[in-house]
Amino acid sequence: MNYKMHILVCGGTGCRASASAQIITRLEECLRDKNLEDEVQVIATGCFGFCEKGPIVKIMPDNTFYVQVKPDDAEEIVNEHIIKGRKVERLLYKDPERKVAVSDSKHMGFYKKQLRIALRNCGFIDPENIEEYIARDGYSALAKCLTEMKPEEVIAEIKLSGLRGRGGAGFPTGMKWEFASKYQADQKYVVCNADEGDPGAFMDRSIMEGDPHSIIEAMAICGYSIGATKGLVYIRAEYPLAIHRLQVAIKQAKEFGLLGENIFGTGFHFDIEIRYGAGAFVCGEETALIHSMEGQRGEPTMKPPFPAEAGYLNRPTNVNNVETLANIPVIITRGANWFNKIGTERSKGTKVFALAGKINNVGLIEVPMGTTLREVIYEIGGGIKNGKKFKAVQTGGPSGGCLTEKHLDVPIDFDNLLASGSMMGSGGMIVMDEDDCMVSVAKFYLDFTVEESCGKCTPCRVGNKRLYEILDKITQGKGTMEDLDTLQNLSQVIKDTALCGLGQTSPNPVLSTLNNFYDEYVAHIRDHKCPAGKCKALLSFHIDPELCIGCGLCARNCPVDAIVGERKSPHFIDTSKCIKCGTCIEKCKFKAISTR
Amino acid sequence: MNENITLKIDNREVSVPKGTTILEAARGMGIDIPTLCYMNLEGMCIKNAPASCRLCVVEVKGRRNLAPSCATRCENGMEVHTNTIRVLNARRTVMELILSDHPSDCLVCAKSGNCELQNAAIKLGIREIPFQGEQTEYRVDLSPSIRRDMSKCIYCRRCETMCNQVQTVGALGAANRGFGAVVMPAFDLDLKDTECTFCGQCVAVCPVGALTEIDHTNRLIRDLANPKKTVIVQTAPAVRAALGEEFGLEPGTSVTGKMVAALRQLGFAKVFDTDFAADLTIMEEGTELLGRLGAFLNGDKDVKLPIITSCCPGWVNFFEKQFPDLLDLPSSARSPQQMFGSIAKTYWAEKMGIPREDLVVVSVMPCIAKKFECERDEFKTNGDPDVNYSITTRELASLIKRTNINFMQLPDEDFDAPLGESTGAAVIFGASGGVMEAALRTAYELQTGKTLDNVNFENVRGMEGLKEATIDVNGVELKVAVAHTLGNARKLMEAIRAGQCHYHAIEVMACPGGCIGGGGQPLHHGNSELLKARTRALYTEDEGKHLRKSHENPYIISLYEEFLGKPMSEKAHHLLHTCYFNRGKEFIEQ
Amino acid sequence: MEKIKSLSDLKRIKSQVQEKLDLREKSEQVENLIQIRVAMATCGIAAGSKETMNYFIEHLAENGINAVVTQTGCMGYCYAEPTVEITKPGKEPIVFGHVTPEKAEEIIQKYLKHDELVEGIIPVNYNTI
Repeated sequence: MNYKMHILVCGGTGCRASASAQIITRLEECLRDKNLEDEVQVIATGCFGFCEKGPIVKIMPDNTFYVQVKPDDAEEIVNEHIIKGRKVERLLYKDPERKVAVSDSKHMGFYKKQLRIALRNCGFIDPENIEEYIARDGYSALAKCLTEMKPEEVIAEIKLSGLRGRGGAGFPTGMKWEFASKYQADQKYVVCNADEGDPGAFMDRSIMEGDPHSIIEAMAICGYSIGATKGLVYIRAEYPLAIHRLQVAIKQAKEFGLLGENIFGTGFHFDIEIRYGAGAFVCGEETALIHSMEGQRGEPTMKPPFPAEAGYLNRPTNVNNVETLANIPVIITRGANWFNKIGTERSKGTKVFALAGKINNVGLIEVPMGTTLREVIYEIGGGIKNGKKFKAVQTGGPSGGCLTEKHLDVPIDFDNLLASGSMMGSGGMIVMDEDDCMVSVAKFYLDFTVEESCGKCTPCRVGNKRLYEILDKITQGKGTMEDLDTLQNLSQVIKDTALCGLGQTSPNPVLSTLNNFYDEYVAHIRDHKCPAGKCKALLSFHIDPELCIGCGLCARNCPVDAIVGERKSPHFIDTSKCIKCGTCIEKCKFKAISTR
Repeated sequence: MNENITLKIDNREVSVPKGTTILEAARGMGIDIPTLCYMNLEGMCIKNAPASCRLCVVEVKGRRNLAPSCATRCENGMEVHTNTIRVLNARRTVMELILSDHPSDCLVCAKSGNCELQNAAIKLGIREIPFQGEQTEYRVDLSPSIRRDMSKCIYCRRCETMCNQVQTVGALGAANRGFGAVVMPAFDLDLKDTECTFCGQCVAVCPVGALTEIDHTNRLIRDLANPKKTVIVQTAPAVRAALGEEFGLEPGTSVTGKMVAALRQLGFAKVFDTDFAADLTIMEEGTELLGRLGAFLNGDKDVKLPIITSCCPGWVNFFEKQFPDLLDLPSSARSPQQMFGSIAKTYWAEKMGIPREDLVVVSVMPCIAKKFECERDEFKTNGDPDVNYSITTRELASLIKRTNINFMQLPDEDFDAPLGESTGAAVIFGASGGVMEAALRTAYELQTGKTLDNVNFENVRGMEGLKEATIDVNGVELKVAVAHTLGNARKLMEAIRAGQCHYHAIEVMACPGGCIGGGGQPLHHGNSELLKARTRALYTEDEGKHLRKSHENPYIISLYEEFLGKPMSEKAHHLLHTCYFNRGKEFIEQ
Repeated sequence: MEKIKSLSDLKRIKSQVQEKLDLREKSEQVENLIQIRVAMATCGIAAGSKETMNYFIEHLAENGINAVVTQTGCMGYCYAEPTVEITKPGKEPIVFGHVTPEKAEEIIQKYLKHDELVEGIIPVNYNTI
């Protein structure tokens, strides 16, 4: 059956949370009512990336991109667009600068600078239909490897491509494969690290939800290269949709003979099993991940021995992150020399970032390595929300650092970010504006690492806790200048002595904010002021007697009766009682109450 | 693969075999890098090197961060510095961090003076703790044998290694994460409600005061001071081989005579020897062995073989909890401690005319599971335990020091008669293989009627985890095996369960090296040489004995003549044998 | 489900399923393709625009023409229905009137294949979004 039109509806977790499944149901109902079900096909795809504006509905072939669609909009879309060919203008994206509706996503600032390699099929194909993946050249890379290439040639191709691990550390993928291929064993394993744990990062989830077959194909290619016949996907159980899509994909691949025995008649066997993690951040560290899969406590062990030598069940194991794997099939089909033309000298290809924070276009983006932070934040991200001033951008998740105005023109790649005092990490990118207190930001991340540390080594278990406590003290206005030296020294020692990547990078938010926002720390300590006005303990609430008309609304709403005053005359706040909840500011109609 | 690696440590060149860690290489050169979590009982396959305390970090040229020397392998051309400012600063900070989450109650801590954390802090010259903050707090868990106070835990995980890897008991494991990470039984159960066997190996390796034995010294002092009570003591064989260490004597120095003198000075009415009861055990267990073997040779298909020793209370707990389907294999003979108690409170008490309620039997044991054993209901008469309580070698040392007894100047004294007399066979009970050897000496002679030319069964001696021997007893090939540590015992038991075990008799001791490595002994602090020296002391004492076979002990002979009749008699059954209970998981859950 | 046992199996399956995705593949790069917009309002449908649209969809491929066929609303030339707007890459759109299937065939053969104009062009003087 050839449909005349396709309606693509985002079926990613984000859009689903905004009722995209109901949109699909409603669209299908409307189409049935109009007897159009044979002419128009509705397809649930993976994530389009533009989560800020989700749920996304895209109409093909006229390439119309609808944003923030609600189930109730389905009827209008069918009646107006599908039947009458008139675009539903109110659902089109409005270009914030030119104030005009844009119907083709290619003309949106958000998509203009993007190059989608890892996300190539997300938002384009039905992830639960293997045929659509095959139509997009799927499994031809695996076919090429198995029928035309020797394992060492595949490894050489990956090495030549310059692909580096997208999970955080940026280790060259080809070299990793080569190590694992060199060790002999009765059984080797390919592990896909889908334990995405950075707060706010969801690129791996989106790839698995939107293009699960690319992961399966890449794992099989890796298995062929290193001599492994078993693949394991370690995925957090909090990703039910990704798990479902992977299960469906694995089942389909088996039905098609693309997994299992004698693939492409070449005698190569490969199977994939899914293992569930309980969502511990540290299990993203490969040795911890392996222990968790073995049924042990998820905590890291010393390397060497590397997993390539003694990994899962003590067998040679290659662990790659989801995004890394998603690049593999394209590298094989289009060639390493195509891939290594993209990006910078030592960081090839693209990187997916989860753009979040005080930015207009929150979402998932993929840009060539070497794109600047400015391009990402101002062009793709559409600038800072509510016209506020940019203050910092935190890259690399809790292990990364905060970069400032002066880093905006740094081309993003592994080495540049590291040199700037942050890191690539798995690609979280959180934008902060003038209202964000950098001491609190550091404290927020430390809170996360304290929570997520496995507790095995002293510096991470106790050291991070102490870092957090000192930061907390500073935000309470009880810090001393010596605390800053202690923070500095303790951070250095933790970096120097912690066992795994989690601890070795956990002080980065502290160090980078100390470096870039030292004055802000000093303001908290010496002046007992939080310049951003975020640290409650350092705020005091005041009523401006000039502005207060004595309506008493604030006093009536104060939960602790801290506001006193005669009716029709200015009121006062008893700061000894005030709990700084902010209710009075919200209630006051005359903007008479402010914080100092 | 005897490849050698050449590297430089603190500017000195050194050559070590491939696979050597930086710590091992450095210690070999006399450079003592401080450690806390690291523990290596060399030659016994017991190692804990999680590289988690980070105290042993060193600087390796070209490496971004510092390397934990305990778990970093030497590589050719490596340049290691163990004492740069960066290293010293890191070590001090790490130590300050550990101390910032450790109670400062050293003055009243059981481990004070014998604490590895304290020693390391002294070595690093820590004078203040710059970090103030939350300290972890946990409830104190008391069981019959072990006191767990996890607020003192430094998370070295040695106990976990002993409990899981070495003993395969699995009572302790890491739980929670981050700052709240703690080693505890599953679901934070009390230790007494878990698979714990009270073997005490966790206590034996704990570097701090988090795991200690239940201390009965104050109770003992009260009883000794009570004029109405007759307090008598029995001492286990392994105690004499280790007690001297607490007084600065060379490991392996046997201090039997001084120990007896000290106990007498402490005020015990009689100083007896568990060795006497060990000889008695051999009579009963040896007879049981011969009985089962004889039945087997006569074609009895239902006879339960192999017979397994039952002297070790940790082992008894282990098989009751882990192999409740095999309860009919172990010998029904009580342990020497309990045989002693039983005889003391019947035969001897009657003889002396002491009413049972006025008699207090105390044991000095290398073991903390013995504390639990004393409390078992099977070993009580009308609620009164045969052995009132047990103290460890460490507790005895502490008591001697507390009472101003100058141990080194004590004369050598002899045990009291009759329950103090023993043979060499009993002495070696304290070492792995000793019970088997003693049993073989007696069983052989009782069975064949011949005299053994060579009483030394070398095959069952030593630190090997599993040992075996075949002895020709009147044309019958007697196959025996010896296991120490519960992990090794598990291997044998699983083979038995699978029907793949063809031994006739097996000895099991829960602790590494047998009782000399017991949980109540002076702490070895990871030095396996110490355990070997204690073993040697016992075999030397055996060789020095006039009588070396249990059945030749004259007091044992007269005990049977006067009181028990013969081995396995009804009276002996009543007083010297016991039965075992299914305490497996299903039972625990009820 | 038939198993893929060889590279040629994969290629065969791919060619079978590729068509289904063609619509999407093409519309992603719509600027580089010929766009054919058929007016499908009531007036257009009454005049047979549905047949016209189907004719285009069915006969473009066999003529080797890479084009995207979409529908649009009433363009206001009700007198000339069915109307079809054709945009070649880089060129101004041209609107043809009275496009019957026969006319469609002529447009395919002449304008689309050889850039020869055919009769029936309606001058365009408005913009759509």
